Amino acid sequence: MPQTLYDKLWSSHVVHEESDGTALIYIDRHLIHEVTSPQAFEGLRISGRKAWRSNSIVAVPDHNTPTKNWDQGITDPISRQQVETLDSNIRQTGALAYFPFKDRKQGIVHVIGPENGVTLPGMTVVCGDSHTSTHGAFAALAHGIGTSEVEHVLATQTLLQKKSKTMLIQIDGQPGKGVTPKDVVLYVIGQIGTAGGTGYAIEFGGSVIRNMSIEGRMTVCNMAIEAGARAGIIAADDNTINYLKGRPYAPSGDDWDKAVAYWRTLHSDEGAQFDKVIKIDAAKIIPQVTWGTSPEMVLSIDGIVPDPAKIEDPVKRTGVERALEYMGLNPNTPINTVKIDKVFIGSCTNSRIEDLRAAAAVVKGRHVSASLKLAMVVPGSGLVKEQAEREGLHEVFKAAGFEWREPGCSMCLAMNDDRLSPGERCASTSNRNFEGRQGPGGRTHLVSPQMAAAAAIAGRFADVREIL
Amino acid sequence: MNKFTVLDGLAAPLDRANVDTDAIIPKQFLKSIKRSGFGPYLFDEWRYMDHGEPGMDCTNRPRNPNFVLNQDRYQGASILLTRDNFGCGSSREHAPWAIEDYGFRALIGTSFADIFFNNCFKNGVLPIVLPKEEVDALFAMTEATPGFKLHIDLDAQTVSRPDGKVIHFEVDQFRKYCLLNGLDDIGLTLRHADKIRAFEDKRRTEQPWLFAS
Repeated sequence: MPQTLYDKLWSSHVVHEESDGTALIYIDRHLIHEVTSPQAFEGLRISGRKAWRSNSIVAVPDHNTPTKNWDQGITDPISRQQVETLDSNIRQTGALAYFPFKDRKQGIVHVIGPENGVTLPGMTVVCGDSHTSTHGAFAALAHGIGTSEVEHVLATQTLLQKKSKTMLIQIDGQPGKGVTPKDVVLYVIGQIGTAGGTGYAIEFGGSVIRNMSIEGRMTVCNMAIEAGARAGIIAADDNTINYLKGRPYAPSGDDWDKAVAYWRTLHSDEGAQFDKVIKIDAAKIIPQVTWGTSPEMVLSIDGIVPDPAKIEDPVKRTGVERALEYMGLNPNTPINTVKIDKVFIGSCTNSRIEDLRAAAAVVKGRHVSASLKLAMVVPGSGLVKEQAEREGLHEVFKAAGFEWREPGCSMCLAMNDDRLSPGERCASTSNRNFEGRQGPGGRTHLVSPQMAAAAAIAGRFADVREIL
Repeated sequence: MNKFTVLDGLAAPLDRANVDTDAIIPKQFLKSIKRSGFGPYLFDEWRYMDHGEPGMDCTNRPRNPNFVLNQDRYQGASILLTRDNFGCGSSREHAPWAIEDYGFRALIGTSFADIFFNNCFKNGVLPIVLPKEEVDALFAMTEATPGFKLHIDLDAQTVSRPDGKVIHFEVDQFRKYCLLNGLDDIGLTLRHADKIRAFEDKRRTEQPWLFAS
């Protein structure tokens, strides 16, 4: 019987199944960061248990680390304690790889995993972080877990799971000028809603995905969780294989050939049945900007902010009213007239080399608007930063008035010092525009790196197609 | 983990869709390396007028009078009524930790985000999914009747209203068994340690590159 990619990944990891369908799934790769792991390691110690397989672990601090003045270390004492706790937990437990604060390869967990080849097709990958869905771009079954599950994986190398339903989002057609993978995924979320994928594993397919770079696929899978799906997956193909070849933890020699032969089977079979299929015409997508406090509250750059008076469903209407109030926007405002205070280019969604190249291409030879309080670029990892500097991108950004920072999660969630002040409005390449996400009272608009760059130049949301 | 068998509790209505885990427990509180003590900071940005920081004593912080949980009539509530997609966003287990520490043992809503839903079961909190009509009715009754209580029986899988109506809900049998008995997942899983080892050995032979060290 033809199988979906999800079926293949699932069935190849089932260790045991209970009568109600709850299964024990074997976990190949366990990514760990400092925020969601301390209680898990502590639980392990209290119960006198040991880590089952420490060479499945790859760890890095990323949420709390500062993005400037590294010579001063981590000045916030509780942030420092959390990072030091990770240091000591990994020292005790061991790991395949650990990239501590200030290490050359340190960075956001979802950036350093793939770039070091620790995420491979056919794996199950988990992390106490919802954006673990990113790794699904490699035909891996990857999703976020809670801290109790982090402890469960540490202790047993498995996870208790029920099989998800399957959804295919097939994206065909020729995307227009200025339309990036971020615009594609924001558009998809706008279509299906933030709960549209709840209970599903989403496979992204179609010609747009097949022609997309690996970095772009990571951006798309990263935001599967914003559509409610814990896992987003994409079939393995030549792009996947070429990306992985030669990465430090990717197989080599005979193993490489054996691995590639297996990876080539990691796609949905012809005729495989999905529980739900959604077709998207990419030709209809134009650059996107979110206007509200949920990623589904998204508009095309030529769109206007919605009017609650035109919404019938009372819960929805109240939601829109509340979002407009929080965002300080009036109904029917054209989004391209909305002025911004800050620009953030970074996060596990959009901080890879391709993202920085795209933003730099818009910025080159221009300067950020004098009305901005801050425009910053936070590379996803030390290696991304090095690569960007080799290409001179940092000079382009700095000449344009951007700050060029050290890698980390930074203002995506504002656990370090990078944050919005109350009422400040930000064009951000991150993944969540929730109330307070980038700082209490802060107003976040999600955009692509190119659109963030265009907004920085204009001082308001602007149509990047007019610049390109 | 605390057992969950039956609960007689006061209900409180949180009438918003898409309540995300950043709202349930803001990021500054995630710096803690402990599992406990998050209750006073539950819904911090909605509940208080000032900015909360970890370790703060909340007794004298200014409360937002418009936030539902600050109303006298909902003090001591142990059941929270929620709307669509409650718990979306970040996987932070600090969200159910804060909910449980505050005193909620059950949530009743139309839908919950997957990771959050799962995390609740690991912490003795029962998330109950009911049809929209039932949830709408519970919201209306809770708002109309001060002291509105519900009776939840996990074994019977029922929510009973004071007017005598009994509403059935679905729950995975394995999760129900763990919650009824307050069982630790890890202990249960380790009963299958031999199976895990055998699976792992086979995998190591077939795909040795997954086990690089």
